[in-house]
Amino acid sequence: MAKIELTRIPFIKNALKSRYPQLAVFIVMLVGYIFAILAGLIGTPVGSHNFSIVFVWIAWWAILILVAVPFFGRGWCAVCPIPLPGEWLQRGAVLSPPDKKPKWLNLRWPKFLRNIWLQNISFLLLALFSSVLLTTPNITGIVLAAMLFAAIGLSTIFERRAFCRYLCPVGGFIGLYSQTAPIELRIKDKQVCVKCEGKPCYNGSANGYGCPWDVFPGGLSKNTHCGLCMECIRTCPHDNIAINLRPFSADLAKPSTRMDEAFKAFIMLGSAMIYAGVLLGPWGILKDAAYNVGTNAWFIYAFIFLAIIFVILPGFFTLGILKTKGTLPLKQRFASLATALIPLGLMFWVAFSLSFVLTNASYIIAALSDPLGLGWNLFGTANAVWQPMLTSVLAPAQTLALVGGLIWSARTAQKAANEIKASSTPVIVFCFITTLVMLWLLL
Amino acid sequence: MKRSELLSRILIIAGVFLAVGAPLFFWSSTPLIHAQVSENGGWNPDVIQADVNEPLHLRFTSDDVVHGFAVGQMEMEGVDILPGKVTDLTLIFDKPGIYTFFCTRWCGLNHWRMRGTIEVGGSPSDPEPVSPPLYVSLDLNLDAPHDAPVIPSSQPSAISGQKLVTNLPIDRSTDYYRANSPYQIFDQLSNTSLTETQRWDVVAYLWQSNTTKESLANGQQLYAQNCAACHGENGAGDGVFADNLQSAGESSMQTMTGADNMMMQTPIDFTNPTRMLGASPALLQGKILRGGMGTGMPMWGSIFTEEQIWDLIAYLYSFQFEYHK
Repeated sequence: MAKIELTRIPFIKNALKSRYPQLAVFIVMLVGYIFAILAGLIGTPVGSHNFSIVFVWIAWWAILILVAVPFFGRGWCAVCPIPLPGEWLQRGAVLSPPDKKPKWLNLRWPKFLRNIWLQNISFLLLALFSSVLLTTPNITGIVLAAMLFAAIGLSTIFERRAFCRYLCPVGGFIGLYSQTAPIELRIKDKQVCVKCEGKPCYNGSANGYGCPWDVFPGGLSKNTHCGLCMECIRTCPHDNIAINLRPFSADLAKPSTRMDEAFKAFIMLGSAMIYAGVLLGPWGILKDAAYNVGTNAWFIYAFIFLAIIFVILPGFFTLGILKTKGTLPLKQRFASLATALIPLGLMFWVAFSLSFVLTNASYIIAALSDPLGLGWNLFGTANAVWQPMLTSVLAPAQTLALVGGLIWSARTAQKAANEIKASSTPVIVFCFITTLVMLWLLL
Repeated sequence: MKRSELLSRILIIAGVFLAVGAPLFFWSSTPLIHAQVSENGGWNPDVIQADVNEPLHLRFTSDDVVHGFAVGQMEMEGVDILPGKVTDLTLIFDKPGIYTFFCTRWCGLNHWRMRGTIEVGGSPSDPEPVSPPLYVSLDLNLDAPHDAPVIPSSQPSAISGQKLVTNLPIDRSTDYYRANSPYQIFDQLSNTSLTETQRWDVVAYLWQSNTTKESLANGQQLYAQNCAACHGENGAGDGVFADNLQSAGESSMQTMTGADNMMMQTPIDFTNPTRMLGASPALLQGKILRGGMGTGMPMWGSIFTEEQIWDLIAYLYSFQFEYHK
């Protein structure tokens, strides 16, 4: 299927090239983010009536996992407010070209950390405490503030967006799943880049900043690390950068052989299943264990959580592919074939999120009018009653997402297996079994 | 600096000030009374100042579960306080003094501890004379055992008792009823020709004649709202919190100099005739007024009016006696 270049449409191109639309969105996002921190810290401790919980964990999460990631890849990263204060400090400017001499340390990120293992760890840290984090406004406020300050701190020590690229707990999986999105930023003509002097897209120029994500657009073949910040569109002197509409999961045709990304796929797949069991399942004992952080029950829960993600799921997967004859060593076969888990994991998250988002979406309406639970009624909706939405379509939609995910991942498995000349059957069986488990957990 | 850069910086700083300042401002200008289960602090604040005959506007919110609010000794329905929601209430006090407010929803094991005071200032128009409660003037020891040595073999019936009472030499005044336990009256009837069962029936009739249907109905309602959580809907000491009160017993131990160690314990069973038939209305009034001093039984003196307490006591005896319907 052919690609459609969206940047050919003058309106889109101008909107992306100009800094003002993005800046306007940035300011709104930053104000909302800081407001969420404040609401978490001083608002009602009742999560379902606090802006921080309702807007971050219900509204934002719904938009992220149901819309932004599947359709826009790293679209959220393009408007995320977390790196902004640090980045503005780092550049010494909001719009103007940066100071010639960097104000801060501007160090290179250490080589041994140039992978997404830190992001895997930061995601798991939040995931293990998620029952408390997702329901306790002041913990959410503290975590949001901590991420903002971590991003500022890293911006003063390291060059570019070190937080986004290497530490952000959600950035890792957004990157992984953005490979499936039908949107990409790519160069139009490789020869233009080869001949281009100074590479302003990477090094910056008077028209904009060098890639904040430490990516050279000329070498882009996957969405994983492109944050869609649009700087290269502004800096490219040859108008060689395009935003394309493309078929879904185009990036998965060339499977990655990186272990950090392979394990990210297992982390996301496993945690979607564990969440479905803990948060939506009928087992009170599991919920208690997950909620009572620090107790023995919680340590057992955490141990099982990590075991499922790092031992049980990858273990069965490895056993499955052990016998398949491939040209590559097992480690690389493992990483390549794990690519099939990317669409499956994404659809697991979509199916899981549908249920709690539709159940709790009506809290958004009430929290909009009374964001801190102080008895305000800004828009007259403060007394909106809690009511699950679209309950009749929930189960069919979840089934559709899971079955669709299974077919999608089976196709991906076939392509990945073809690429490395191995059999795709064990991977498809693995996907089939995990989908059955997920169906059982959700329905 | 270019104008666009300057303008953006101003906008960003203004936005940050708005995001921080607006919630802080509204938060500090909206004082709320927070309700939390007692383990987490109960009412905050738990002392409220007011002026006599001035409307007192109160705004409540709950930080955890559903609570309720009512002020003792006042004719008012309790209002519910819902988690994350704000309940508005306006009160007017026509007499100065210290009022007790309390939680009206069974919010948790320590629900009975959820109390606070409203201090209503102003000069009293005319000081009212205060008489000590009956258990004080009778010099009753509220903590002494008071078991009835004899109990009836079946439930005494006021209907049967009514037929027997006419010619008996017995004081039927309210004062006499309040000062004596059912067993004491049963004992005083021993010089008559009645059988034991008949004597108990007479006692039942005397108890019924000292109350009314309205009082019993009022007592039942008060009981259901305030007592049944621990003492049980049917008075058997098996309310929803009963088991937990006992298991929380030792850890709740409080020690006071000069007194026995006290801890939360199983609520009293009002269907137990040995205890109930040995207790006079005055003794029960004392126990309700003063409370169980650390046992989990709260003091109700600051909450119920005297009339409410007598109604409640009349209802408590109905667990022992069979009354006219």
